[in-house]
Amino acid sequence: MIIWEVAYELGVEYLRLWKAYVFPSPIDVFKTLYSLFADQTLVIAILSSAKRIILGYLVSVILGLIIGLIIVKFKWLDENASPLILGLQTLPSICWLPFAILWYGLNESAIMFVIAIGSTFAVAIALEAGIKNINPLYIRAARTMGASGFKIYWNVILPASLPAIVSGLKQGWSFAWRALMAGEMMSATKGLGQVLMVGRDLADISQVMAVMIVIIVLGVVVDKLIFGQIEQNIRQRWGLDRA
Amino acid sequence: MSIKVEDVSKRFITKHSDTETLSRVNIEFKPGEFICILGPSGCGKSTLLNIIAGLEEATSGRVTLNGKQVTGPGPDRVVMFQEAALFPWLNVIDNVEFGMKMAGVAPAQRRERALKYLKMVHLTKFQHAFIHELSGGMRQRVALARALTFDSEVLLMDEPFAALDSQTKMLLQIELQQIWLETKKTILFVTHNVEEATILADRVVVMSANPGGIKKEFQIQVARPRQPGNVDLAYLMNNIMQELKTEVEKVAKAEYDNDWNIQKNPVLPSINDNLGSGV
Ligand SMILES: Nc1ncnc2c1ncn2[C@@H]1O[C@H](COP(=O)(O)OP(=O)(O)O)[C@@H](O)[C@H]1O
Ligand SMILES: [Mg+2]
Repeated sequence: MIIWEVAYELGVEYLRLWKAYVFPSPIDVFKTLYSLFADQTLVIAILSSAKRIILGYLVSVILGLIIGLIIVKFKWLDENASPLILGLQTLPSICWLPFAILWYGLNESAIMFVIAIGSTFAVAIALEAGIKNINPLYIRAARTMGASGFKIYWNVILPASLPAIVSGLKQGWSFAWRALMAGEMMSATKGLGQVLMVGRDLADISQVMAVMIVIIVLGVVVDKLIFGQIEQNIRQRWGLDRA
Repeated sequence: MSIKVEDVSKRFITKHSDTETLSRVNIEFKPGEFICILGPSGCGKSTLLNIIAGLEEATSGRVTLNGKQVTGPGPDRVVMFQEAALFPWLNVIDNVEFGMKMAGVAPAQRRERALKYLKMVHLTKFQHAFIHELSGGMRQRVALARALTFDSEVLLMDEPFAALDSQTKMLLQIELQQIWLETKKTILFVTHNVEEATILADRVVVMSANPGGIKKEFQIQVARPRQPGNVDLAYLMNNIMQELKTEVEKVAKAEYDNDWNIQKNPVLPSINDNLGSGV
């Protein structure tokens, strides 16, 4: 923060290296941040972005888990569909936007689709890998203890692949978050990405940076506090931290 | 509960090889008997046990339990493996309860019975611990408690103590004998350790290698609980060791290079070196 202010004082005020509209002072940025919160712009934006990503992400998690389970269950599907899914996964989600717009039109569903598509594949692949890497001893032991069919899935296979599933969920979340921002910047009427673009259109660098800060903070909070915490709990329980 | 293994053979056919692991094995286990299956590594002990457990299918022949053919694994033939095979996502008591949960036993009843068996293996203090917090010996104790909750008449054990240090192993051998005396289960215990076999078994079955089969049986009628270093066992161990030696050599010849020779490379110590061990 201090470095930033010093850089601003030096670069903009004294040396005139940059113009104030390309390099804002942190004070300006926080003033803007405050006023954006005060007039509710950011609150509305965060809420509408949150609604989108939660819905889109939930859909993708459910779809991803179902697709993953189906792939594991049917071997021929695994052989044929896995490379396809892997290929699809390398495609950045935002590349789906034109496709989505053609399907749904330029509206909410199109953004939702883009959010969901990236994380769906990430979740599906993680689940598949998780299940494939289960220690076969767990399954054998469970079978001798009278577990079979659905019971074995619910009580052994899913919990055993939980660490992999959680890292898939985490990765899916970061894909969804990126897709959300990209989608909003290109086609939304509300949301964080849209406020960011408004800042650009108004050439208001303080607003641009204020929104970027909000995006970073939200991203870190969800990643570290929610997913980080879940991961940590699992690692402790399983004793994975003892190297 | 009697188990009959009738003419069981097993071939493993893979891309690179076709091994006849078991060849026409016939053996019968009487109810309440403690049998040790003894043989060199790779002779097919685990394969035989897995076929009885229903985890592996015999290529030919059949296994019956009280006259009913075994077609798959089930809680009437619980297995204990060399690794404890406990679930790391459950704590100790939930692991012990797992089988009862699968069987649909009510939670309160489950807890009560789990505690009873945890007590039998002296681990009630650790009921809420996670698996990674336990030592190897404690893990096998939990696995034993879990196996006992099934109240099955048959317990199949595949080298359950092989990875433990010798003190822990000795303690567990004594505990297992006590539990067997209390519960009167039929125990089928696989090991490659002659001393362990003679301490535990009523009957030691020595397997031959390549292909695996039953070579010879020894009845052991020494009072229990037996401890390592028991003088009566020493004589028996010597006899069993002689049987085993030729099989070990056979496996070694098949697995090692041609210049290998048991005279130059004695893998089994003379029985006299073993007399004082563990005292
Ligand atoms: N899944 C398998 N595929 C191919 N070969 C196997 C398999 N399992 C066991 N074998 C063969 O059977 C032999 C005996 O194995 P195993 O029953 O594990 O021996 P033991 O338990 O006596 O050490 C091994 O040497 C191996 O060649
Ligand atoms: Mg084995």
